[in-house]
Amino acid sequence: MADDWPEQPSEESSEKERVRDLELVATARDRAAFRRLFEYYGPRVKAYLRRLGVGDDVVEDLVQEVFIAVWRFAGLFDRRKATVGTWIFTIARNKRIDSMRRDQEPVKETEEALEFEPDPAPGSDEIAELGRMSDVLREAIETLPEEQKRLIEIFYFEDKTHSAIAEELGLPLGTVKSRLRLALAKLRARLGEDPA
Amino acid sequence: MNGKITHEDLLLGHAAGRLPAPLALLVRTQLALSAEARKRYALYAALAGVLLERLEPARLRADAWERLERAIDRVEPAAPEARHAGDPRVPPPLRRYAPRGFERLPWRKFGPLYEVELPVRGDGFRTRLIRLGPGAGVPRHTHAGHELTLVIEGSFRDAQGVHRRGDLVIADPSVEHAPVAEEECLCLWVADAPLKLTGPLGRLLNPFLRI
Repeated sequence: MADDWPEQPSEESSEKERVRDLELVATARDRAAFRRLFEYYGPRVKAYLRRLGVGDDVVEDLVQEVFIAVWRFAGLFDRRKATVGTWIFTIARNKRIDSMRRDQEPVKETEEALEFEPDPAPGSDEIAELGRMSDVLREAIETLPEEQKRLIEIFYFEDKTHSAIAEELGLPLGTVKSRLRLALAKLRARLGEDPA
Repeated sequence: MNGKITHEDLLLGHAAGRLPAPLALLVRTQLALSAEARKRYALYAALAGVLLERLEPARLRADAWERLERAIDRVEPAAPEARHAGDPRVPPPLRRYAPRGFERLPWRKFGPLYEVELPVRGDGFRTRLIRLGPGAGVPRHTHAGHELTLVIEGSFRDAQGVHRRGDLVIADPSVEHAPVAEEECLCLWVADAPLKLTGPLGRLLNPFLRI
């Protein structure tokens, strides 16, 4: 069983299927669904953690921790409030932060799962269109100039200060900030929203 | 943290996991209170998921799934009741710090305001809840660093206008103000330097202030 894993990267699944899988995990503790999620997201979470600079010796452990949390907190996922990708990114991000801040109080996972819990809870139509947003973003990001795309990726995936990013790209600090802002404004425009 | 901090910087920084703990707590609390903030944040949050999905997958160890399957045999799923734990008047991100409500916290009087420090620090920032009675004001001051104030209950007024539940006010050395509570006002307050009082009496008090 384990021998053929993960020779073949799993087929691209759609957001709809991933939501269904996560809800199956939540409601039926469905291991086949959980495995599909792990096969798709596991290698990506590992790639993300490595880009953040997590060492080879601990990265696999951290991936395990992320997916144990996915298994435990699946019942708190709300498709109106996050996409599956964003939800898993958030868990991975917090696991990473916790692993670095052992001396401080860890982010409490349930709180993170409740991140968008409105108070007092109204209908959350405001984020109901996250799925549509992700579809638009997936295409829009490919239309950005290479440098802006790279800036966004570095910003999300690498633990570098603005100054370090500026140095790496050989750009003045102010330019890094303004181009990042420009790239995000373009994405916002594609979503039909007002610029920042 | 250098330079001006904007609201967009905070929302984006939080989505990317780049904020020190006090600022992350501030953003999470605002997201719980403000539909407008959630709307601005949605793009940055959705972007995180999209970026994760387009990453080149890294090969996992061959036994990764088996190991995970063994691990989940031993854990219980989280109870959905966790959603409703704590005082419902306290925004969820703050409930662990005020499990029995804001009233029960060990408030200390400090000049015109009451405050309680939360055990959340990072990058030179410290975190406090502050409370002003109706009509009470903070003496005119400017800032040696960044000061971020999120209204949780009530409202206060300064030169920029009236700030209500869910509003975030960002001040730095270029801002001088003298906030006054309109009604009993409770705020989450995050700063990385003490206030600098600028009124005639205030200047005498400066040596006694600290963050």
